[in-house]
Amino acid sequence: MLRPFRLEEPDSVKAASESLARYGDSAKIYAGGTELLLAMKEGLVHFECLVNVKKIPGLDGIDLDNGNVRIGALSTHRQLERSETLQEKLPVLVEMERNVANLRVREVGTLGGNLTFAEPHADPGTLLLALDAAVVAQKAGGSREIPMTEFFVDAYDAAVEEDEVLTEIVVPLPAANAAVRYRKFGYLERPSAGVALHVMADARRESVQDVRVAVGCVGPKSMRVEEAEAVLRGKSLEEAAQRMAEAGDIAGRAGDAISDLHGSAEYKEHIVKVLLTRAFNDIRAELAG
Amino acid sequence: MADSGRQTLPLSFSVNGTRYDIEVEPHELLLDVIRKRLGLTGSKRSCDVQVCGACTVLVNGRPVSSCTLPAFEARDKDVLTIEGMAEDGKLHPIQEAFIEFGGFQCGFCTPGMILTAKTLLDENPDPTEEEVIEYMNGNICRCTGYKKIVESIMGVGKSEAS
Repeated sequence: MLRPFRLEEPDSVKAASESLARYGDSAKIYAGGTELLLAMKEGLVHFECLVNVKKIPGLDGIDLDNGNVRIGALSTHRQLERSETLQEKLPVLVEMERNVANLRVREVGTLGGNLTFAEPHADPGTLLLALDAAVVAQKAGGSREIPMTEFFVDAYDAAVEEDEVLTEIVVPLPAANAAVRYRKFGYLERPSAGVALHVMADARRESVQDVRVAVGCVGPKSMRVEEAEAVLRGKSLEEAAQRMAEAGDIAGRAGDAISDLHGSAEYKEHIVKVLLTRAFNDIRAELAG
Repeated sequence: MADSGRQTLPLSFSVNGTRYDIEVEPHELLLDVIRKRLGLTGSKRSCDVQVCGACTVLVNGRPVSSCTLPAFEARDKDVLTIEGMAEDGKLHPIQEAFIEFGGFQCGFCTPGMILTAKTLLDENPDPTEEEVIEYMNGNICRCTGYKKIVESIMGVGKSEAS
């Protein structure tokens, strides 16, 4: 049962930001609504006003720009899944999107909404952390770029101000000698654990020149795990493979796993290690390809 | 419907080819408008959290969970419900296949199954079994165990009767 609310439908980011500023914490941005409306139907939150940002033109493009792919925040999961640009340039994002929730949610839910809602059991944020992505947040007074590493504050809390509209997600395309994987585990639709790994090899594809490890779903927020990266960085691929258990243990502990219906903290830490190792093995095979 | 002081929005849309011009409040859900105001009860409320697929309708050909979609989202769009699948008294080939291959038992999930199958076949007229299973995995059936449903979808247009 959804309680009555007022709807505002601005046609520009500036107007949306002004509406949000006027209502303060009694308003919320409405995009796909797939998460927000569920929380409102359950009575967990209520907003006097929803600001529908889908009338604002130009927020759902997928464009290549100088080594980056710029994704409009209103792009639905399904648009991302079916984007030929992404299928060619960033297949790891397509694969992740294909497995978000279910078809109907992917048709309606947006990437910007998914990130901003900051639900811990979500897939995109973890992968975007490993891809070293950033988001653009805009308000009446101007815009700023927020690196993904600073985006998630806590469960259901993202670093977007009350009167800011998330407009774009900027993802640097991985280098030719890099490979990326997102691996998750869960029963039913919500992932219980998600791990993303980006490995950039040296030119001869023998060693780990750079690496990014991200863990999500197990604790309150998705995060990079630099301590696990340090174990792998600079090592030969062979040595890195041998040290995956160590890196996986660190990543498991760093994820701040909590015991809940998805499993005990100890179990989730173990799953993180398993997923990270599988991701590394796949990446190693691809780099050897 | 609207209490004084409450916001209403004009909603002009078509459902199964019939045009409607009504007013809705922002919080009214598409499923309630379809079932209670238009009297089309083929779309079912079940899980109410976008997981089961019993409330699936197509909006401009795309499957959505009408239980959680505000009705105003259908503005100027074409909605298709299970009641609109048959034309001129003749069942749609997907409906025929569900009958021929026994793709339902209690029937509660069937409208959503058939509408989702329609979008699958519109996108991909000759899917593999694996593609059918992946595409349909957001529609839940508590009776059949899915085998007959997959067979029905694979069998659309391939039966001797059709």
